[in-house]
Amino acid sequence: MMGTIRVNGSDEVLSADTVAALLSGRGIVPGTPGVAVALNGAVVPSRRWDQTPLSPGDALEIIRPVQGG
Amino acid sequence: MHTDTLTIAGRNLGSRLFLGTAGYPNQQVMLDALDASGSELATVAIRRISLDGYSESLTDVLASRFGGRVGLLPNTAGCLTAKEAVLTAQLAREALGVDWIKLEVIGDRELLYPDVEELLRATEELVADGFTVLPYCNDDPVTCRKLADLGAAAVMPLGAFIGSGLGIRNPHAIETICTRSPVPVVLDAGIGTASDAALAMELGCAAVLLNTAVSKARDPVRMAAAMRDAVVAGRGAHLAGRMPKRAFAEPSSPQLGLIGT
Repeated sequence: MMGTIRVNGSDEVLSADTVAALLSGRGIVPGTPGVAVALNGAVVPSRRWDQTPLSPGDALEIIRPVQGG
Repeated sequence: MHTDTLTIAGRNLGSRLFLGTAGYPNQQVMLDALDASGSELATVAIRRISLDGYSESLTDVLASRFGGRVGLLPNTAGCLTAKEAVLTAQLAREALGVDWIKLEVIGDRELLYPDVEELLRATEELVADGFTVLPYCNDDPVTCRKLADLGAAAVMPLGAFIGSGLGIRNPHAIETICTRSPVPVVLDAGIGTASDAALAMELGCAAVLLNTAVSKARDPVRMAAAMRDAVVAGRGAHLAGRMPKRAFAEPSSPQLGLIGT
């Protein structure tokens, strides 16, 4: 698979075919508490990570809560 | 004395102090301060995950210390547009399973002052999406009224710039907002020390949200306890109703029977 994907603001080679595959490569599995994902500006619930395909040019945001005011 | 519970959007809160979790000397001090504050609502921010190392989750740390006693209030701090704030709130809901949001949409990164236009737009969208929206806003009765009309569950006017510790710069505006607001008023930002928190409550605020005043105190845990007491004292004084102010002296002691007259 060719092309790039933007993950948290950085471009990288797209080597995963689904959101779940990309996340599991980083040690994040569905049900990991406190993690949420948005693909191209829309939240992808964790139960749909494995059914959500990635395409070149996609933008993925992976977030977690941190200390804040 | 009857109980004096704060209710926002149908949820009862035993403490009228909401505490931020940022900027403490270390995590243990943060947890101890949160405990000492008696707060039942702690704010958290939403940020991109660091992909090089997976650190201990803040939610796990808070849950293991407090169980369900301290609820989370995610914020949209740093968002400059309604679009960014709405997505951040939706991500927070997915990450935390919490549909309350401290809505911050700022128009100036140096002043961290609210962008009213974007704030109103984001409030409307998030209310329509089922959120309980608590917007951080100007100390402006008109803006507060518009936010309430759009369905905000509370309004959170600033006392002074975020992180400034300058106290309540316009107490009359805050008091006016409290008098007129159909929803609870939470004083957010600007609190520097305990008397500021007490004043907010005396002016009629339903609660106080603060962070830096505790996290940057010399002894954050002690300051957290002082804030807890200040909020209780200020609320009590508000309910008791202060005496009228006078321009001149009025003796407290009897004027009859003075010795030597």
